[in-house]
Amino acid sequence: MMLKRMKLSTKVYLLIGLALAFLPFINDSRWFMFLMIQIFVFAIFAMSYDLLLGYTGIVSFGHAMFFGVGAYSAAIVMDRMEASFVSFLLGTLVAVLIGGFISFLAGMLTLKLKSHYYAMLTLALAGMFLYIAERWRSVTGGNDGFTFRIPELPGFLEEHRNFVIYLFCLLAMILLFFGMKRITESPLGRVLVGIRENDQRVESLGYRIMPYKVLISVISGMVASLSGVLYAISIRFVDTSVFDIQVTLDALMMTIIGGVGTLTGPIIGSAIINFSHHYLSDLANIHWIFQRWMILFGAIFILAVIFFPNGIVGTIQNKLAKRKTKKKQYDTTEKSLRKEGA
Amino acid sequence: MNSIIETKDLTIAFGGHVAVNQVSVQLPENQFTSVIGPNGAGKTTFFNLLSGQLKPTSGQVFYQGKEITDWSVVERTRAGIGRSFQLTNVFPNVTVLENIRLAIQSREKVRFNLFRHFKSYTAFEEEAHELLDIVLLDEKAESLAIHLSHGEKRKLEIAMLLALETKLLLLDEPTAGMSLEEVPTILRVIENIKKQEDRTIVLIEHKMEMVLDLSDRMMVLFNGELLAEGTPEEIMKNETVQEAYLGGDPNERVHT
Repeated sequence: MMLKRMKLSTKVYLLIGLALAFLPFINDSRWFMFLMIQIFVFAIFAMSYDLLLGYTGIVSFGHAMFFGVGAYSAAIVMDRMEASFVSFLLGTLVAVLIGGFISFLAGMLTLKLKSHYYAMLTLALAGMFLYIAERWRSVTGGNDGFTFRIPELPGFLEEHRNFVIYLFCLLAMILLFFGMKRITESPLGRVLVGIRENDQRVESLGYRIMPYKVLISVISGMVASLSGVLYAISIRFVDTSVFDIQVTLDALMMTIIGGVGTLTGPIIGSAIINFSHHYLSDLANIHWIFQRWMILFGAIFILAVIFFPNGIVGTIQNKLAKRKTKKKQYDTTEKSLRKEGA
Repeated sequence: MNSIIETKDLTIAFGGHVAVNQVSVQLPENQFTSVIGPNGAGKTTFFNLLSGQLKPTSGQVFYQGKEITDWSVVERTRAGIGRSFQLTNVFPNVTVLENIRLAIQSREKVRFNLFRHFKSYTAFEEEAHELLDIVLLDEKAESLAIHLSHGEKRKLEIAMLLALETKLLLLDEPTAGMSLEEVPTILRVIENIKKQEDRTIVLIEHKMEMVLDLSDRMMVLFNGELLAEGTPEEIMKNETVQEAYLGGDPNERVHT
C-alpha cells in the first residue's frame, strides 16, 4: 500500500539503495568495500555542504571543522571508554552535539556578514581547530593521531565486520539523504531557497533571515559531524588531516560536479571523485602524470564548471524540465486548436 | 479621517545630496494616494523610508499612530506595510508560482515548519494560481521567473504584493516599462484593490494623467521636498505645482 503512494523518484532511490546493499556480494575485496564506504561517508559530508551552498547560498571554506570535530569527538570518547555500543552511541551523541554547538556559535558570529566574509571567517575557524588538534597532544595525539578500538560485533557478524560497516554507512547515507531532502521540501526549505535567490526580498515578504541561516548551519554542522564519526569508525584511526582544507575543497568539488542544490548531485560527485582518485593513482605505473592526479582533475573540473555549471544532476534536471514545459505548451496549443476546430 | 502613515520632517542625505528633505505628510487610511514628481524627485527614496529599506538621517515615521522609525523591514511587513519594487525584485531561479507561494506562506505564518511537505499546503498553491490569474500570468506559472519579460516581472511583483494582503500597499511605478497592452490590465488590478475594504494604496507614478482618475489624494515631490499635497483638483489648481512640475496650463496637460 505504501509503495503505491510513493513518488517514482523515491522508488528509484530506494531501488538504487537496495542494489548498493547487494554490491558486496559481487565484489567483496577489501579495497573495494573501503572505497565504497569512503564514497558514502563523503557523500553525507558533501550533502551537508549542499544544504549551505546549494539551498541557502552560503559559501563556507571551513566545513572540514565539523567533519574533524565529529571524527575526533567519537574517536576520543571511544578511546577513553571501553569499546562498547554505549561508548559508540555516546561518542556519536557527543560529536553531533559539539558539531551543532560549534556551528551555532559560528553561525551567530558570522552569518550576519556578507557571504565572502563568512567564507573567510569559517576558513579561519577551521584553521584554529587544526591548530588545536596539532597542539593538544595529550588528547589528540598531535600530528601522529591515534588508533582506537571499535566495539566487537556479536557472533558471526564479527567475521563480516567490513560488510556490517558498509551496510551501516550505506543506511546512514540513505536515511540522511531522505531526511535532508524532506527539509529542503518543507516550507522552511523553500524560504532557504528564497534567501539564496534574493535575501532582501525575503525580508520584505516578512521573513527574518538570520534564524533560518543559523538553523540550517546547525543542521548542516550536525550532519557533517556525523559523517566525521562514520569516517573515524571506518578507518579506526584519526589524525589532523580531518581538519585539512582539502576536506572542505573535496566537498565543494563533489557538490559542484554533481550538481549544486540537488542533494543527489553530491552523492554522484563523491562517487566520481573517490573513484577517479583511486583509479587515476593506479595509472601511475603507466605514466608519472597520473601520480599527480589532481592536475588532471583540476583541468577536468575547470572544463566541467565552464560547460556544465549546473553539474551532472543539475544539467539533466534542466533538460527534463525543458522537455516537460515544451510538452505542456504543445498540449495547450493542441487543446486550443481543437476547441477552435470544434 | 485617520492617517495610516505619517511622516514628520523626514530627511535622508547621501553625503551632500539630500534626497528627501523635511517631508511631513499624513496619508489617510483607506484612500488612494499618488506620489508624483519628475525623475530624481525622491519618490522611490521616500518609499524606501516608509518600508524600511532605508533609515532616515532625521525625522520620524508613524504607522497607525505608532512610531516605527527604527523598525526593520521584516517588522514593518508583518505590521502590514507591503510594497512592490520599481526595479523588479523577484526570486529569479524558482518558478513564478513559487514566488507567490512564498508570499502566501509568510502571510499564513508558516515560517519554521520543517516536517511537512510544502506541496501539502494545497490551499496556498490554489490561491497562488488565482492571484496569477488576476494579473494574467497564470499560463507562465511553471516558468522560472528569470525567463519572464520585464512587464511580466512587474505583474509578478504586484501579485506577490497582493498575496501578502497588507493593509498598506506601496506601489512603485507598477506600469513602468510595460507594453501598452499590458498597462490597462495592471490599472484594472489596482482599481480592484481600491474597491476592497481596508486597503490603503500609495502609488508612485510620474505620468500624472494616468493617476488623476484613480487618486483620492496626491502628493507632489520635487527635489526631495514636498511641494504640495491635496485632492487632485487642488493639485491641478496649485500654481507652484504648475510652474515647477507641469510647466504650463493645467487644462492643456490634463486631457492629453
